[in-house]
Amino acid sequence: MKIVVCIKQVPDTNEVKLDPVTGTLIRDGVPSIINPDDKAGLEVALSLKDSLGAEVSVITMGPPQADAVLREAMAMGADKAYLITDRAFGGADTLATSTTIAAAIKKLDYDLIIAGRQAIDGDTAQVGPQIAEHLNIPNISYAEAVEVEGDTVIVKRQYEDRYHTVKVQMPCLITALGDMNKPRYMTPGGIFDAFRSKEVTVFTRPDLDVEDAAIGLKGSPTKVAASWPKSLKAAGVKVTLDPQESAEYIVEKLQEKFIF
Amino acid sequence: MSLQDYKGVLVFAQQLDCQVTGVSFELIGKGKELATELGTEVTAVVLGSGVQALADELAAFGADRVIVVDDPVLAEYTTEPYTHAICTVIEQYKPEVVLFGATAIGRDLAPRVSARVKTGLTADCTKLEVDAETKNLRMTRPAFGGNIMATIVCPDNRPQMATVRPGVMQKIKKDTSKKAVVEVVTPGFEKNNKYVEVMEVVKTVSDKIDIMDAKILIAGGRGVGSKDNFKLLEDLAEALGGEVASSRASVDAGWTEKDQQVGQTGKTVRPNLYIAVGISGAIQHLAGMEEAEIIIAINKDETAPIFDVADYGMVGDLNKILPILTEQIKAARGLK
Repeated sequence: MKIVVCIKQVPDTNEVKLDPVTGTLIRDGVPSIINPDDKAGLEVALSLKDSLGAEVSVITMGPPQADAVLREAMAMGADKAYLITDRAFGGADTLATSTTIAAAIKKLDYDLIIAGRQAIDGDTAQVGPQIAEHLNIPNISYAEAVEVEGDTVIVKRQYEDRYHTVKVQMPCLITALGDMNKPRYMTPGGIFDAFRSKEVTVFTRPDLDVEDAAIGLKGSPTKVAASWPKSLKAAGVKVTLDPQESAEYIVEKLQEKFIF
Repeated sequence: MSLQDYKGVLVFAQQLDCQVTGVSFELIGKGKELATELGTEVTAVVLGSGVQALADELAAFGADRVIVVDDPVLAEYTTEPYTHAICTVIEQYKPEVVLFGATAIGRDLAPRVSARVKTGLTADCTKLEVDAETKNLRMTRPAFGGNIMATIVCPDNRPQMATVRPGVMQKIKKDTSKKAVVEVVTPGFEKNNKYVEVMEVVKTVSDKIDIMDAKILIAGGRGVGSKDNFKLLEDLAEALGGEVASSRASVDAGWTEKDQQVGQTGKTVRPNLYIAVGISGAIQHLAGMEEAEIIIAINKDETAPIFDVADYGMVGDLNKILPILTEQIKAARGLK
């Protein structure tokens, strides 16, 4: 079985700041990590490799420094790694991103594709299902448990007030929830191999069979018209009283506001 | 086909067991408002098996027209037949705006639809407005866990699609005298490689009131300290006729259930009264509750960010304040 895991390099926090002059994100000095949901997806793939035997590839799209998350994934146990990087791919929204990643995955052999549910920087949860659409394969999002049975995958997932246990034919794509497992650590041997002997295959613009109009800024139907740091409403009053007075104070305010 | 040929606002009216999900009514309300500004109509599309009877209810909440796609294959939600049905409706009606609730279903369905019809999709919007000049939809959403707000536009593709967070838009007051034009669409469902088999459906029943519907919420965070200590919040909730909600920290600690979680990765609530107890007020939590009418915070740490949004902030020990508060409220309400 061949498994491809889509991962994204994200800042290790969502306490990001905007440059007050340019309005762009300040990424300097913020360490990067594998997006948590993607890391859970990688753990699913590595567990399947442990139990059933599988070749696990990781793929990411991003600037050249996204190489780091691919190395980390290999140090955890992934066999192969692919980096999609080119200025032509920059400025992509979810549609252009998914088109680009799907074009790269088409060059690989796969039975199962695993992506994280959503990234902590964008929070959209769109790229996984969109990749599946471009590849014309089924997707099951928000997977909480995954089993492989022959050429099918059995996924447990929650919809609103119910769980579905869904059986899906491979090739297929699933998106993983961050809290479905505890991803393993890198091993010392794995780190050595990942940074010394293993290769990351790089895909640039000429490597992908995709139209110019479908990638990067040009291939993105959505544009950011404005962005700003969230401002909170003005604070009210803050008092320090003894417990009895505190309770009386609250009761008085609630009565003033006709809560009861 | 030019952009001007796309007309109307289409709302995906999600149903489960032939019960329309609350956010769908909110979207129809918002859709109606947008449609009025655009000089057009709001259409609700409902997918399922035996769902024709829902048309009246959708009309009562403001839908001018209801499109019904009724087929046994749509009884339980699965991605492919739902995508096919929505894409068929989009192809046939050519709406300029399509709205989905940002529910587990909406966030699965909408990306798949957007990729199939090759248009943009903005996730988890908290504000939608029509640009006065261009008539484009301006879609505002939080990113980076709520630290940054961004307004997204989709100027050159139609339809303009968005998922909208439940609890953010207001539904219109129900008016059962209103009737909608009902139209049936039959896309034809042919099984293909993208169909999946639903082997089991397990409903998770809860007898609790959904915190999104509660007028009064008593929410507890890490500062509550233990599962047992949530009893203090339950007592206060009972005295006030409210429900107990929680921060992510309490859910992660196993003190409360996921469906009680308020915030970026939980629910958005706008009750009349929100009492935050032992909640420090991470931005992700504030994103889910700052629209509450009155916010009271009780916290030992006077530097806690929750005080920045609280109307009334009490610096003190919740273990001491809550029991007295509960007794006083009971007394004031004549409950003892």
